[in-house]
Amino acid sequence: MPQIFHHSTNFLARLSIFGAVFILVAAVWVLAEINRSSWNTGQWTERQQPVQFSHKHHSGDDGIDCRYCHTSVETSSSAGMPSTQTCMNCHSQIWADSPYLEPVRESWRSGKPIEWTRVHDLPDYSYFNHSIHVNKGVGCSTCHGQVDEMPLMYQASSLQMEWCLECHREPERFVRPRSEVFNMAWRKENKTAAQIAEGKKLVADNHIRGPLALTSCSTCHR
Amino acid sequence: MPSQDRHINFALMRDRILGREKGNGYWRSLEEVADTEEFREFVSREFPQAAEEWDDPIERRTFLKLMGASLALAGLSGCSYQPPEKIVPYVRQPEEIVPGKALFYATAMQLGGVATGLLAKSNEGRPTKLEGNPEHPSSLGTTDVFAQASILDLYDPDRSQTLLFREEIRPWSGFLDDAKKALDSARARQGAGLRFLTETVTSPTLAAQLKAIFTEMPQARLHQYEPAGRGNAHAGAMLAFGQAVNTLYRFDQADRIFSIDSDFLSCGPGSLVYARDFMNRRRVEDGQHDMNRLYVVETTLTNTGAKADHRLPLRPSEMEGFVRAVAGALGVQLGAGGQGSGAGPYGWWAQVMVRDLQQSRGRSIIIPGDEQSPVIHALAHAMNAALGNVGKTVLYTDPIEAFPEDQTQSLRTLVADMNAGQVETLVILGGNPVYNAPADLGFGKSLEKVALRVHLSLYKDETSELCHWHIPEAHYLESWGDTRGHDGTATIIQPLIAPLYGGRSAHELLAVFSTQQNRSGYDLLRDYWSGQMKSGGASGARAQSAGQQSTAPTAQGATPGATTATTAGHSATGATESGGQSSNTSTTGAATAPETTPTTGASTASAAAPADFEKLWRKAVHDGFVPNTALPAKTVALRTDWANQTAPTAAPPPQGDELEIVFRTDPCVYDGRFANNGWLQELPKPLTKITWDNALMLSPTTANRFGLKNDIGVKGGDVLVSRANLTYQGRTLSAVPVWILPGQPDGVVTVHLGYGRRLAGRVGNGRGFNAYSIRTSDAPWANTGAHISNTGQYYDALATTQLHFGMENREVVRAHTLADYLKESGEAHAPDEEHKPGQEHSFYPEYDYKQDAAWGMTIDTTSCVGCNACVVACQSENNIPVVGPEQVKRSREMHWIRVDTYFKGDHDHPEAAEFMPVPCMHCENAPCEPVCPVHATVHDTEGLNVMVYNRCVGTRYCSNNCPYKVRRFNFLLYQDFNTPTYQLMRNPEVSVRSRGVMEKCTYCIQRIQVAKIESEKEGRPIGDGEVVTACQAVCPTQAIVFGNANDQKSRVAQLKRSRRNYGLLADLNTQPRTTYLSSLRNPNPEISGKA
Repeated sequence: MPQIFHHSTNFLARLSIFGAVFILVAAVWVLAEINRSSWNTGQWTERQQPVQFSHKHHSGDDGIDCRYCHTSVETSSSAGMPSTQTCMNCHSQIWADSPYLEPVRESWRSGKPIEWTRVHDLPDYSYFNHSIHVNKGVGCSTCHGQVDEMPLMYQASSLQMEWCLECHREPERFVRPRSEVFNMAWRKENKTAAQIAEGKKLVADNHIRGPLALTSCSTCHR
Repeated sequence: MPSQDRHINFALMRDRILGREKGNGYWRSLEEVADTEEFREFVSREFPQAAEEWDDPIERRTFLKLMGASLALAGLSGCSYQPPEKIVPYVRQPEEIVPGKALFYATAMQLGGVATGLLAKSNEGRPTKLEGNPEHPSSLGTTDVFAQASILDLYDPDRSQTLLFREEIRPWSGFLDDAKKALDSARARQGAGLRFLTETVTSPTLAAQLKAIFTEMPQARLHQYEPAGRGNAHAGAMLAFGQAVNTLYRFDQADRIFSIDSDFLSCGPGSLVYARDFMNRRRVEDGQHDMNRLYVVETTLTNTGAKADHRLPLRPSEMEGFVRAVAGALGVQLGAGGQGSGAGPYGWWAQVMVRDLQQSRGRSIIIPGDEQSPVIHALAHAMNAALGNVGKTVLYTDPIEAFPEDQTQSLRTLVADMNAGQVETLVILGGNPVYNAPADLGFGKSLEKVALRVHLSLYKDETSELCHWHIPEAHYLESWGDTRGHDGTATIIQPLIAPLYGGRSAHELLAVFSTQQNRSGYDLLRDYWSGQMKSGGASGARAQSAGQQSTAPTAQGATPGATTATTAGHSATGATESGGQSSNTSTTGAATAPETTPTTGASTASAAAPADFEKLWRKAVHDGFVPNTALPAKTVALRTDWANQTAPTAAPPPQGDELEIVFRTDPCVYDGRFANNGWLQELPKPLTKITWDNALMLSPTTANRFGLKNDIGVKGGDVLVSRANLTYQGRTLSAVPVWILPGQPDGVVTVHLGYGRRLAGRVGNGRGFNAYSIRTSDAPWANTGAHISNTGQYYDALATTQLHFGMENREVVRAHTLADYLKESGEAHAPDEEHKPGQEHSFYPEYDYKQDAAWGMTIDTTSCVGCNACVVACQSENNIPVVGPEQVKRSREMHWIRVDTYFKGDHDHPEAAEFMPVPCMHCENAPCEPVCPVHATVHDTEGLNVMVYNRCVGTRYCSNNCPYKVRRFNFLLYQDFNTPTYQLMRNPEVSVRSRGVMEKCTYCIQRIQVAKIESEKEGRPIGDGEVVTACQAVCPTQAIVFGNANDQKSRVAQLKRSRRNYGLLADLNTQPRTTYLSSLRNPNPEISGKA
């Protein structure tokens, strides 16, 4: 009686078993990568705003400090958004007739606020506090990127939890002297041994908690 | 129908209580004592019906199909983008508002005319939480349940939203035209036919407005009516002194207290202060070794009765005789009334108490309940005088009411005048008399004879229905006003937000009938106080001329820049409109705030400086009250003939099958005004733990006499209670549920008011029965002549939490007498160490919590009065949803903290009841953690047992494994995500949980984090008392203490070293962070020896 299955069927069986495992792993990997991709996180995407406000111009060219507009960044959980009045402080004098600024003037006349599109949108169950990060020596550009080089604002980081944890696990890699927090040009990451050593010293000096405390769920979630 | 053998066997029960060894003889319910098969099954099922039955209208198969579909859709929807969000900054940033930082404004809530000073938390212009105002003399930083829950009323979507004339929407100008016509005709006759009906008026401004109207139109009249008015106290004072007085008690000075049916620990004017002072005299620590002693005679068991060292249940008909006997023994001249019926079988008890009181002359208090008869009030005044307490522990002042009067009589007059056609225009400011007036007056019918009826109220209720004009009222957090504290302190009510539904305040409506039409509430209030405060150059006072019309937006709306932050960290200003960060500039009624530096703020109070009204006014608004306005104590003398006036007034003792009937306000919905408040409806009532309903309260023996029963139903979850008909003076309540209450005297039925609302709103409509329908004006609180008949039917919809979350009869409550406690040495009383296994018995590796803070809590069961304020405060702080009666029946209530009640002793006359608030214990060896398959509940480095909502998949293993039963599961979508006003109400610092996740007490982690961040920014450790949990903040007796147990100097660490400290079920080696201080009582050995 002839064999029902050809000898090569063994190979096919093995191939499909290993193939299934491979496909499964590959599928998980693909999903994870899709999840991490900017398609999902919104990273690198410029958002259209009612006013074509350029951080590059205001912060980079004019050298206006972050805190001029984001007033509560050192004291409150929210960095604060400038009121129309803040814009008008200057723009009632300069570029007072610019058509680009019509929405600002309209808001000032009507008392109706400008509705900006949020760029950095954390999930509501994460309770991020700007003030404690700034006070502990986490620079603006560490999370927000080189804002002074962004004509239109975009999200420079993935804002995913694994990205948060990079720093919460090893704060010495990212922390900088408090005097350099608002310095856009400061290095993005401490890489060399000397820089890491400096980071460790800053972690100790600024009383930054240990990774176990920083990675407790309750640190960010309530 | 339930079979006979499942009914409670009383004889068997008594034997069981006597024979019990476990748990020190404490029990939670009669069912537990009876210990039937059904009860055991009930307890063994954690969630009575949920696990094994599917009785929802959707079939199981349909459900599975839907679930399959929704799972697929959930996978797809996971790929969608979160919709882009907007950021809406201000156009002009108000100086004091920092996004992300809450502000606190002083305001006040009044109930029965008495203020509770509050600090209202405002997140970007939305009031989100109410705390007590620590500087207000009637609050001392705490609140009662009603004030806590009142913020839900503000956002209630059922509140009336439009001005109506006979159900038709009309503009305000339409009402003004109508009012003007009525007013013109009334003016022509000096106000004859114009009547105002209000609740108790204590507001100085409202009183001044009314007086101005009565000066202009002398024939106009004011009537006041509140169903729970203090008419008897008033009449008692008239009897004893011939003048109205307000009685204040100094519990901090009192060693012996005799309460005559007064629930002074949990309700009534000043109760927050009284409870604090009373319990401060019962703290046996910090070198204090003595306690006060409380004797209580009362009818229905109250929280005060439960905390008494000696409690005597008396029928209302016995009360006066007992009080007369005590008064006689104290040497009070009894005159015409004589001894009355005497103390009866309790004579020896009275004698012992009298001896004890006499040993504390000048340091004792006799306090009668507001519901007691005028004679008892007069006798109490005389007894306090005889004991030398007056001027020491008992103080008299002028009444805080602007127009003290017998309110029932006032309403009676109004009804008679309405019937006689003498009332042409009736303006009802608040209140709901059609619903809550005594049944015999027929108020509703008489009301329809009035030509023009105007009703101002928060809801379109039973009274609005019968009125021509219904005017939506502004909530107290939406309008300016003033009122008085229990000691008379003038208190400013400051709005936090512009009226959500365009309501008007009583001041504004009253202005329509005066010469000051169309003036804003703020102007009226400010003008009144400028007159009061002007003792020098009141430069800031606005010129006030009669008839001044200010229709334009008022000046204060445009001056937000004038406001600054304050010393205490909470600045005061007015309200921005609701829209969060929106820059809506309509800061309606913005007010005030203090000066920039602390020094000026303090110095303006002194009268030495030239009184600058603006400064005084700003300080008053900022502080929430006008300083030094508490009424001064005054000397009053007993009338010489008072004794002859006090003929015995007690109702005759019942004959035959007759019962005595007692009416009381409900501990949750009060007189019915809170009927549409879900937090209060779902709040388990102290002692009975009934939610969403009221019932006839009967003693076990009396219930047995009529064959009335409380049963655990066949389904293992239903509580079945008998239905009875109650007939009283020809009026009947048909087939109403019966609740068997331990400690109720035999032959007395107690009914609670406030239920059976027809037009309360979606929450309150049709819940319970309306006890006002049988209440009469001649005996509003108690009488003889009630008859009960058993209908043989059962009521299966009663949702009570009494049996929920039982800890299976383990030793939970620990109590000692003071004498025993002081006698025993330290070692014998380290109960915590008795059974506690060491850490080495754990399978899990030890974690060293010494390097960080170790958050912990102590709950003092001596001090806890079971007032429930912590439950509501927690609900408000932590965005806890309301689930509804059906879900409560299934043990699905979501409260993160519950107050368990344990009775001790005989089921008819329990000798004590202990209250035990139970939040999450935050065990160091938490049993919930190892059983979670997805690590959704884990520890953080400071010992908090945290719940990660996003990881939770809803297995409920954690809840199953929790010995304390403190975890709560969102079985359904309980949270209302859609109602816009509720979105405004939520605490933005706390995640809002959806269906399918477990939740529980977090130790108010949001408050810990705020304190932690602030302290780290300032580079200092967190101070003791910097983190205050919501339950701790609200606790009137400071029974709950929270803090860092690693800081040996902290209050919580000190208390944890106390001999009274013990861990609940510590023998399970859970190492709970929440520990309890055992309950101490100070019984009189002469009584406890005999009983």
